[in-house]
Amino acid sequence: RAAFVVWMGINIFLFVWFYFFYDLGDQFFYTRHLLGSALAWARAPAAVLNFNCMLILLPVCRNLLSLLRGSFMCCGRTMRKQLDKNLSFHKLVAYMIGLMTAVHMIAHLLNVEWYNNSRRGVYDGLSTALSNLEDAGNTTYLNPIRSTDTPTYFVFTTIAGLTGVIITLALILIITSSMEVIRRSYFEVFWYTHHLFIIFFAGLVFHGAGRIVRSQQTTDPPHNFTFCKDRFEEWGRIPECPVPQFAGGFPQTWMWVIGPMILYVFERLLRFIRYTQKVTYRKIVIRPSKVLELQLVKSGFKMEVGQYVFLNCPAISQLEWHPFTMTSAPEEDFFSVHIRSAGDWTQKLINMVEELPEGAQGPKMGVDGPFGTASEDVFDYEVSMLVGAGIGVTPFASILKSIWYKFKDSNPKLRTRKIYFYWLCRETHAFEWFADLLQVLEREMEERGMGDFLTYKLYLTGWDQSHTAHVMVHFDADTDVVTGLKQKTHYGRPNWDKEFEQVRKENPTSVVGTFLCGPAALAKVLEKKCAKYSDVDPRKTKFYFNKENF
Amino acid sequence: MGKIEWAMWANEQALASGLILLTGGIVGVAGQFRGWQFAAYGVAAGVFVCLLEYPRGKRSKGTSVERTGQYCFTVCVKSFGPLTRNYYVRAFLHAALCVPGGFMLATVLGCVCLGISSLIYLGAAIHGEQWMPILPQKEQTRKPVGESIKNPPQNPPPRPPAELRRKRVEDLEGAAYVNPIAVTAND
Repeated sequence: RAAFVVWMGINIFLFVWFYFFYDLGDQFFYTRHLLGSALAWARAPAAVLNFNCMLILLPVCRNLLSLLRGSFMCCGRTMRKQLDKNLSFHKLVAYMIGLMTAVHMIAHLLNVEWYNNSRRGVYDGLSTALSNLEDAGNTTYLNPIRSTDTPTYFVFTTIAGLTGVIITLALILIITSSMEVIRRSYFEVFWYTHHLFIIFFAGLVFHGAGRIVRSQQTTDPPHNFTFCKDRFEEWGRIPECPVPQFAGGFPQTWMWVIGPMILYVFERLLRFIRYTQKVTYRKIVIRPSKVLELQLVKSGFKMEVGQYVFLNCPAISQLEWHPFTMTSAPEEDFFSVHIRSAGDWTQKLINMVEELPEGAQGPKMGVDGPFGTASEDVFDYEVSMLVGAGIGVTPFASILKSIWYKFKDSNPKLRTRKIYFYWLCRETHAFEWFADLLQVLEREMEERGMGDFLTYKLYLTGWDQSHTAHVMVHFDADTDVVTGLKQKTHYGRPNWDKEFEQVRKENPTSVVGTFLCGPAALAKVLEKKCAKYSDVDPRKTKFYFNKENF
Repeated sequence: MGKIEWAMWANEQALASGLILLTGGIVGVAGQFRGWQFAAYGVAAGVFVCLLEYPRGKRSKGTSVERTGQYCFTVCVKSFGPLTRNYYVRAFLHAALCVPGGFMLATVLGCVCLGISSLIYLGAAIHGEQWMPILPQKEQTRKPVGESIKNPPQNPPPRPPAELRRKRVEDLEGAAYVNPIAVTAND
């Protein structure tokens, strides 16, 4: 939110500043005589346009952004939120560009018409005199329309006019093909048309080269317009009023946009390099509920817990890149993703893989990433409370595995001695693979006599009559009916007070780190509980809620 | 990734062109530009194109998303039958409409945009696409229940008498049902 306010503030400032610069500046007095306030109305949006054209390329440089950003992006929800935030900002800037282009264009329509009229001598004597200033010898012109051709002719024979029309056309085509309807259904149209931005930026850089916005220059002796404006018939003949001289403004747009343009070129280069690097399949597993697990190997690929990658499968779509949180731990010599059917692309991938013979390599895959700098904090706490809601459980696969690897290797970075894991979901459908993972960890820990290392509770928030009936009948079973895990499933949402009480009771002197991957509402609840159950006494339990993470 | 229905994009482009033509026309008329008659034309043509293009057509594959309040426009446009259904007609219509816009600066952009949308519609027409109205789904008539519901059975189903039906301690296996709780004889 703060970023939005800052951005809007800068836009407003630029608009107002440049509006008054052109509307009040003395050097534009004569220009204004011909154009009125339409001059300022054209130049103010131009400044806002410079600013926004500079910004628009930046949010889509995902590789570069992930290098810069220090914040943790982990789970499906917040990762998508982060990506969405970038795209939302890109769209917002695009809307501003569209709006300012409209204002700029309308103002210039007026300007061109009035310059044309001045040229034809339709207005007062001063206007005609100003328009008659030649662009030869020791005179410089003010009115860029040098002949009585139509405004349309003028626009198409000047750099500013021609580039203006071309880039506005490009902008319109980009916008119409980016409408949600088109984008979601016909991605190719959207993506290819969007590349018109290359034409947009090329034209934009040259748009001011003609220098047709003219201001009065100081002459020697000076030409005082207040005195001389009514004496235009005597210019050049009386000492107080030499012929006024004009010059065009230095084109500035390129200064604004050249930086982001170069950055974007690097971004595309980086994506392309990553795309061409070879990716092989180590293992392909079809999990219950049609979840596809892909274990991939790429040389030089290094990941951290909870990061995500973009996958591209040319056999399905040349252009689409889809994000997936990685479910493997950094300690493993491969990286894995679990893909569920959530749309055309994922469904096609699952179908393709199902038809593969045993042990064959999967379809060629491009991998971009990893993105999202992981926070190492999760390993720092003696006791951790990890809460994963719904699809937010995915990065915890990575985290739990990594914690277990570090524990087995006695990695000194790991200070965790006890983990409480809360898994909240409506139903376990499509997450059986995670239950399997927990089972494996449970078994390994029991083998080492570490049964207490990990305590996890599954909360099914979408239970109904049939569930309860099922549970009642199997009450005596040793393992949970839903997950097959030794620890039982709970129904409904957790009673956080009880949970925090229990953690506090079992760990009376520890510092407990709480990490959430789930909805913001839950984050607020947990934050409150952490504050409530933390003791002022430093020897007693303290809960820390990690807000910027997860 | 469905097959591309060009008409969807042509529609967006045409609607945008209508708005641009309209705006240019308003500026031309309000500013009393030279050639304002073309601007006035731009206003009229712009409004017409907007009205024609506002209702989205039905997609041949996938869910169609309506624009807000487009139903009345759908009905209007539908009433012209083949004139609005056929995209060749639309392509030529837009091509013709855009020409006068080219004579004045304020409407020139609208002219070019409309021309482009005309080309996209031509592509759509060549692909055999058509404009189908999005109409609300008719109420699904419930399948009528069979006649036999009117004749419930008069008698209970045949069973042995109650004493025989109760489970006997000596013969748990022979019983017709299973207890969830162990059977104990009444003492």
